[in-house]
Amino acid sequence: MKRGILTFGLAIAIASAAFSASAQTLNAIKQRGALNCGANGTLAGFGLPDAQGNWAGFDVDYCRAIAAAIFDDPTKVKFVPLSAKDRFTALQSGEVDVLARNTTWTISRDTSLGLNFTGTNYYDGQGFMVRKSLKLNSALELNDAAICVQQGTTTELNLADFFRANRMKLKTVTFATSTEAVKAYDAGRCDAYTTDASALYGERLRVANSNDHVVLPEIISKEPLGLAVRHGDDQWYDIVKWTHFVLLNAEELGVAKANVDAQMKSDNPEIKRLLGTEGKYGEALGLPNDFVVRIVKHVGNYGEIFERNLGQPTPLKIARGLNALWSKGGLQYAPPVR
Amino acid sequence: MAAHTPSGTSYVRAQAVAPLPPPLVESGAIGWLRTALFSGPLNIVLTILSGALIVLIVPPLLNFLIFDATWSGADREACLARPDRPVVGACWAFIRERLGYFIYGFYPIAERWRVDAFFVLLTIGIIWLLAPTARRRTLGAIYFFVVMPVLACVLLLGWPAIGLPEVSTTQWGGMLVTVVVSGVGIVFSLPIGIVLALGRRSRMPLVKLFSVIFIEFVRGVPLVTVLFMASVMLPLFVPEQWSPDKLLRALVGVALFASAYMAEVVRAGLQAIPRGQYEGAMAVGLSYWRMMGLIILPQALRVTIPNIVNSYIALFKDTTLVFIVGIFDFLRTIEAARVDPKWATPVTSTTGYAFAAIVYFICCYLMSRYARDMEARLTTTHRR
Repeated sequence: MKRGILTFGLAIAIASAAFSASAQTLNAIKQRGALNCGANGTLAGFGLPDAQGNWAGFDVDYCRAIAAAIFDDPTKVKFVPLSAKDRFTALQSGEVDVLARNTTWTISRDTSLGLNFTGTNYYDGQGFMVRKSLKLNSALELNDAAICVQQGTTTELNLADFFRANRMKLKTVTFATSTEAVKAYDAGRCDAYTTDASALYGERLRVANSNDHVVLPEIISKEPLGLAVRHGDDQWYDIVKWTHFVLLNAEELGVAKANVDAQMKSDNPEIKRLLGTEGKYGEALGLPNDFVVRIVKHVGNYGEIFERNLGQPTPLKIARGLNALWSKGGLQYAPPVR
Repeated sequence: MAAHTPSGTSYVRAQAVAPLPPPLVESGAIGWLRTALFSGPLNIVLTILSGALIVLIVPPLLNFLIFDATWSGADREACLARPDRPVVGACWAFIRERLGYFIYGFYPIAERWRVDAFFVLLTIGIIWLLAPTARRRTLGAIYFFVVMPVLACVLLLGWPAIGLPEVSTTQWGGMLVTVVVSGVGIVFSLPIGIVLALGRRSRMPLVKLFSVIFIEFVRGVPLVTVLFMASVMLPLFVPEQWSPDKLLRALVGVALFASAYMAEVVRAGLQAIPRGQYEGAMAVGLSYWRMMGLIILPQALRVTIPNIVNSYIALFKDTTLVFIVGIFDFLRTIEAARVDPKWATPVTSTTGYAFAAIVYFICCYLMSRYARDMEARLTTTHRR
């Protein structure tokens, strides 16, 4: 019965979402004067308010980039803090225009939940943190190690799978919350602590001597995080998707916050097309042709966003890893602007 | 001399001897210790056990909270253990920097004076209404229930026409949300609860049926479910522009939920009133409402004060559940801030939770303290 009601509700939601397609998200945003962005609010580096209550983070900057493209003003965003439970409803019901809340892209979410994922802005996955003194170079050397993990999560299942697939012996020590698990790891009850890599770097700061601990390079599960929009408005889907792609292209072509004005005069045809001095690619999206200039001027390129929120200047110090550009050994690859 | 002794016998003392002070072992500090702490084998064991517990808990707690604590600093470095400072206590510097966020949430900094003004208005209202020496309480009630809510709405939500920029409720957070949610719950639950309780005891079948269904339905589901229904299911059925504000949804959910519990508390009070009171009131020809208003409810509410306050305190703490629908109440803002890489240290989480515990304790203790005073004032006529 409950399931029936839920399905019914979902069906209505999807139907109404499809119906509102004609309402044109972009026009609604322009009329409202602000982008409604569903954000996390509790994940270090991705979406977190600072001491003044200003939103900051990797996903947050994506919303600012979209606002910059539309309004030439990255502050015209209304952030709606969403919990993991109500995030999809908020998007389906139109409460937010875009969901930038470290959401894993899966087939069920992409299809039956009525979402469109606009690319992977962060390749996440499960990693391990160990003491430097163990002198480990790879997770494959963790045979017979005691590993702290949070109970009843996919993390626990992935861990068992990884050890079974590599024929290693596993001793798990499980805890109800991540706080307890980290405490136990810090107290020496386990040799390693495992959770999603993006969170792992944050947890590292909560142990007594963070410099004595390292995150191993192996990522043992696929957690592609991305921004999502509703089904039914292809123009809006394209705008969010290409905001991500132009951020990557800007980094690849060396267009950054500091040099974007100088790059406007560049003779490189790729840069010319990217910055809108040649061609009318912005117009096709319903945006001004120089929308990339606006984005890069206000928020920077992908690399700058990454470094500012997650990279070496921050306490998190997350390595680019899988999120390096394809030309630098990573997975971030964007279709060309032409 | 003889005049004082009626029998005239000289060996009878004519004047009362001045009473001796009680023996030293029964009075003073030793006496107190003997009667209060060591009055029997069981009490001796209990005293020693509690003493040991206090010695075990209090010094480390004080060390952590006060003596080893970090009081100032710019970021996490201040709260990390160093060779010259191996033991680190609470990181109050973190609370200090984030205090504004814990109180106002995302409320724009330039507009935060409006929240302060709201707190002042609220305090005036509470004192006017609750202080035993306050005058013109009717005026106070009008202020608290009519003037203040309107002013608060204008202040907090904004009214661009008079120069107050709009601040949407998604920007509210911290203590502000906790106060608003529990305040609305507390103010609305008593009247609705009284009506529901009267309805449940009513002889009119429809009224009774409705009250019973409402009370039992709401009590049969957890608050989390009510909040979740209000904030997840409602927007799916209602078009976006008609869908009420997220905070409003939670407010309605909390208020209705608290009302159902309050109804049962009030009903218990109604049932405690002897039948003779009802019959006496009817015998002097009072109508139903006057009977209730003049005779029954004043007595019933008086006996249920402890239970009412109990519900209020429970409600105040239950408001933390609104985090499940993405509203940042006081506790949630602390939880959000403790993961901030700028401040993340081994002691940050503990400090945050300790701060939350202290604040909640102060609020709840004040409520129960006031209730005890009020009880003492009101029950002068017949002690139970």
